[in-house]
Amino acid sequence: MERGLMWRLLVVAASTILGIVALVPNFATTLPEWWTFALPSKPIALGLDLRGGIHLVLEVQTDKAVENHVEVLMEQLRRDARAGEIATRDWKREGMETLSFTVVGTGKGERMHKLISDTVPNLAPVPGADSGQLRYKLAQVEVDAIKQSAVEQALETIRNRVDEFGVAEPTIQRTGTDGILIQLPGVQDPDRAKALIGRTAQLEFHLLAQDPNAPGVKRLTGVEVDRATHTSHEVPYSLEPNVLMTGEVISDARHRPGQLGEAPYVAITLTSAGGTLFERITGENVGRRLAIVLDGKVQSAPVIQDRIGGGRAVITGNFTLDEARDLAIVLRAGALPAPVVIAEERAVGPSLGRDSIEAGTRSFIVGGIIVLLSMLLYYRVAGGVADLALMINVVLLLACVSAFRGTLTLPGIAGVVLTMGMAVDANVLVNERIREELRKGQTPHAALEAGYSQALPAILDSNVTTFLAGLIMFQFGSGPVKGFALTLCVGILTTIYSAVFCARVFHEVLMARNPKAPISI
Amino acid sequence: MFELIKPNTRVDFMKLRPYAFAFSGVLTALSLIALVARGGPNYGVDFAGGVMIHVGVDPSVTISELRGAVDELGVQAEGASVQDFGSQPGEYLVRLPAGEGNVDQAIVDGIKKGLQERFAQKGYRELRTEIVGPRVSGDLRRRGILSVLMSTIVMGIYIAFRFDARFGLGAGVALMHDVLVTVGALALTNTEVDLTVVAALLTVVGYSVNDTVVVSDRIRENMRANTKENISQLINRSLNETLSRTVLTGGTTFFVLIVLFLMGGGVIHAFAFTLIVGLLIGTYSSIFIASPIVEMWKGGASAALSKA
Repeated sequence: MERGLMWRLLVVAASTILGIVALVPNFATTLPEWWTFALPSKPIALGLDLRGGIHLVLEVQTDKAVENHVEVLMEQLRRDARAGEIATRDWKREGMETLSFTVVGTGKGERMHKLISDTVPNLAPVPGADSGQLRYKLAQVEVDAIKQSAVEQALETIRNRVDEFGVAEPTIQRTGTDGILIQLPGVQDPDRAKALIGRTAQLEFHLLAQDPNAPGVKRLTGVEVDRATHTSHEVPYSLEPNVLMTGEVISDARHRPGQLGEAPYVAITLTSAGGTLFERITGENVGRRLAIVLDGKVQSAPVIQDRIGGGRAVITGNFTLDEARDLAIVLRAGALPAPVVIAEERAVGPSLGRDSIEAGTRSFIVGGIIVLLSMLLYYRVAGGVADLALMINVVLLLACVSAFRGTLTLPGIAGVVLTMGMAVDANVLVNERIREELRKGQTPHAALEAGYSQALPAILDSNVTTFLAGLIMFQFGSGPVKGFALTLCVGILTTIYSAVFCARVFHEVLMARNPKAPISI
Repeated sequence: MFELIKPNTRVDFMKLRPYAFAFSGVLTALSLIALVARGGPNYGVDFAGGVMIHVGVDPSVTISELRGAVDELGVQAEGASVQDFGSQPGEYLVRLPAGEGNVDQAIVDGIKKGLQERFAQKGYRELRTEIVGPRVSGDLRRRGILSVLMSTIVMGIYIAFRFDARFGLGAGVALMHDVLVTVGALALTNTEVDLTVVAALLTVVGYSVNDTVVVSDRIRENMRANTKENISQLINRSLNETLSRTVLTGGTTFFVLIVLFLMGGGVIHAFAFTLIVGLLIGTYSSIFIASPIVEMWKGGASAALSKA
C-alpha cells in the first residue's frame, strides 16, 4: 500500500474511533474515572419534545410596574403635601404614567410645584390644566428604567424560584424587550411548575375594616373550608385600604406539616425591621383581625390575640403539602415586580417524549436498513463501501451533535434519517460515473479516478443548497426545528467527508490489494 | 451489474414536454384554487395562536364522548373543539382558537381538570399542551413566511452565480413551481401548517434546487463536449444519463421519508408528508420543468451559454 493511502486510511480510522468515543456516554451507564476526566462523558442532550418538560415565554406586564410606581409616588406626595400644610384633593392616576390632583386655596400651587420638583425631579408638569387641577407626568427615561428593572427583577426572582424548586439544567433568559424564556426539561408536573413561576406572590397585610361601609374599604374574597363537611366556599372580606406590611419584610419562609389533622402551613421569619414593625402592628391592634392577602386573595384573617415579638408568624390556609411548599418558595424568592402573562407555553408530558424517542429510533433503524440494503443490492462491493461510509457518516454526525452539546429533537432524529436517505446521493453520483467510465472501456483505476473527480462538483453543488436552507432554518426556528436544522447541516458536512473522502479510501484500499481485479459495482 | 436503468435507455423526455407542462399547469392551478378557496394555509397553533391540548385516553373512548365532555365544561363560548390526532387511536386534540389578547390560563386549567376528572378511569393522560399568544404567533408567522421567501431568494442568488441566465431561469421556475405545488398540496389535504412543516418546506426549497443542479450540470457538461446533436437530443441524453441516479437517490430518500411518515409518530406526520410531496415534485420538476425551459431558451449561441 502506498504511503499516502496509508495515511488517509489512518485518518479515516482515527476519526471513526473519535466518533465512537464521543458516543460511548450514550450507551455506557457508568464510566471509569479516567474517562470522565479526559473524554466526553455526557450523553446527547435531548430536546424538550423527547425528554418531556416545559417551555415558557412570560411577558412581564411592565406597564403595571410603572403604574405601581406612580401610585407609590402619589401616596408619598400626598403625605408630603399634608405635612407641608398644602390642602389637596382628587388625587388620581391617569393612564400609565400621569398623576393629577387639585390644590385647594390660592398661591399653594407654586409651593406644591416646588415640593414636587425638589423631591421627585422626574415628574414634569403637563401644561393645560384647568381650575387648579395639576397634572404631572413621569419622564420617559424613568418609565424606561422602571420597565427595564421590572424585567430584570422578574428574571432574578424567577431564577430564584426555579433554583428552589429544584430543576436540573434549567434555561432562564430574557427574550425580546419584556419577555422571559424559561425551559425546564424533565419536569413531571408542568402545571405546578407553571403556577409556581407565574404567580406574582404579592403578600400584603391589612386590618379588617371595623365599619364595612366606610369610604375606601377594600372588598376581597377568601376561601373558607368547612372541616366537618370538607366543602369550601368563598367568603367576602372588607379590609382597611392601607397596607401595613408587605412580603418584603420576609427573610425566610418554610413549609410545615400541620398537626393533628390540620392543614400544612407556612412559617415565616421576618427581617429585624419587619419584626419590629410586626410587633408594633400587633401591639396596637390586639383583638382585631389581621388579614393576610396573597395576590388579591385573603388567605386567612386571624384575630390578633396579643403583641407578637420575635419576628415570627405563620400563614395558614387550606394548603396541601405541595401548595405550602410552593408558597414557601415564592415567599422566600420574593414577589414579581409586576404580573406576568404566558405568551407561549409548550409542555410535553414524559409519556409522549418516550413514545417519540421510540418512534424516532424505530424509523432510524428501519430507514437505515432500507438504505444499506438497497445500496448493497444495487452496487455490490461498491455498495458495501458506500454502506461503510454511511455508517461512519451517522457515527460522526451523532458524535458532532453530542460533542458540541447540540440538542437532539424529534425532527432532529428525522433529520438524521433524511440524511441517511440523501447521503447516498454522493455515492450514487460517484458510482454512476465510475460505471460510465468502465463502459467507455477505462481501466478500473482510471474509472475510479475519473468517477470521483467528475462527480465532485455535482456533489458539492447539490449539498450547498440544502446547507443554505438549513442555515436559514436555524435562524428562523425554535427548539425542535433548530434540532432538525442542526442535524441536516452537520449531516451534510459529515456526508461530504464520508462519501467523498472515506469511501474513496476504501475503494483504493480494495484496489491496492488486487490491482488487476475488476471493480464490483 | 445490477441496473434499474439500462445504459442505452432513451426516454424522449422532451417529447413529453407538452403533457408535462399541462400537468404542471393543472397542479399549479389546483394549488392556487385550494389556497384561495381555503383562505390560505391551514395554520396550526404555532401560527394562528390559541391553545392545543393533546390528550390520550383509552382507545375505547370515542371522539363524541370526548366532545360531550368538553361541551359539559361550558367552554363552547370560547370556541373549543375536539379533533382526532392523525391516525393514533385514543389520542385527541382539544383546541381553543386565539382570542383578542393572551390566553386565559383559567380556561385551560379548567378543561384539563374537567377531563382529568371525567376520564381518570379511562387512562387519561396529558401528552402535550401548546399555548401560543397572539404576539408570538404573529411573530412566528412573519418569520416563517420571511424564511421561506429568504431561502428562495438565497437559492436564486446561488443559481445566478452558479449558472447563466438560461439554466437560472429553469431552476428558478422549477423552484417556484415546487414550493407552490407543495404548499397547494398542504392546503388541498387541509394539513395543519406548524413550525416543523415550515422546516420541511425550507428543506424542499433546498432539495428542489439540489436536484435541478445535478441534472443541469450534466446538460452543461455535455454542451461543452460539442456534439452534433441538437439541443433537444442533447438534453434528452443528459436526462437519460442521470436517470439512474435520479431513480436511486430519489428512491432511497423516498423510502426513508415513507418510514418517517409511517413510523415517526403523529408529531412529525405533517412534516414527513410535506417532505414526501416536495421530494416527488422536486424530482419531477428537474426533468420536466427546468430542462425544457433550458431547451426553449432561444437567445445566444451555444458557446456563450456556458459561463464556467
